[in-house]
Amino acid sequence: MAKTVSAFAVGLLFGIGLLVSGMANPAKVLAFLDVTGRWDPSLAFVMAGAVAVSAAGYRVARRRGRPVLAPRLEIPTRRDLDPSLLVGAALFGVGWGLVGLCPGPALTILSVVPAPAATFVAAMAVGMLMFRLVPPATSNPKAGRGADA
Amino acid sequence: MDSFKPLSALLGGSLIGASAALLLLLNGRIAGISGILGGLLASPSRETGWRAAFLAGLVLAPLVYAGSGGSLPAVAVDASFPLLVVAGLLVGFGARLGAGCTSGHGVCGIGRGSRRSLIATGTFMAVAILTVLVTRHLLGA
Repeated sequence: MAKTVSAFAVGLLFGIGLLVSGMANPAKVLAFLDVTGRWDPSLAFVMAGAVAVSAAGYRVARRRGRPVLAPRLEIPTRRDLDPSLLVGAALFGVGWGLVGLCPGPALTILSVVPAPAATFVAAMAVGMLMFRLVPPATSNPKAGRGADA
Repeated sequence: MDSFKPLSALLGGSLIGASAALLLLLNGRIAGISGILGGLLASPSRETGWRAAFLAGLVLAPLVYAGSGGSLPAVAVDASFPLLVVAGLLVGFGARLGAGCTSGHGVCGIGRGSRRSLIATGTFMAVAILTVLVTRHLLGA
């Protein structure tokens, strides 16, 4: 129960962070990706802030060893670079660049711009389910799928 | 289009980072949105509860933010229906195949110094920049 409540609060915080940062606005994301146009560097600051705080949290979590509400930390351990990682990231990049939406912001703006956000989220869910049809040989048979996140 | 706002970007980014840090410190889990959603779409497990709760928090964020006096930022989606569908399919499939998205690789993975996440993030950033270059400037869409 406590784990569910904390996950809800943390999800809320994540969404508020996306809203405050401007990352929830696809037009702003596209302006960041448009380096040869009217470039808006804001998102570099979003990433810098997010990575800095997340890195500090990771160090504290590793030092403590055991999370507050769970028996152990579930942290990905893979280090190899496989084709799935690169092909997946490239496909993701095309989709991200076409519309300016990635999974977190798409879910966060469902109530703000329901029609386009729901269309994108539904297609994204279908894409995720389609991945389950990919034979394990082209995926990550050893470490399990979705091992990094 | 919004203008350049480095302070709110840094503050918002820090909140995102704090969320990722808290999920790790409290629940011991990585705040990767595609992993959480993809896991939720799989068969029910002991992880279903917290995943659903996290995503519920994400979805309710605008209501809570606006309800507590925050002014919601402008959100503009110009894409057509077919483009939204194609992009959504690519993002969903690609994030699962590549084992992470902007949050899992970009925020959490880079935050812990993962080489895989650094390369994945470099790849999807570069490809997204190229995609915008092609669609906006070469095709003039």
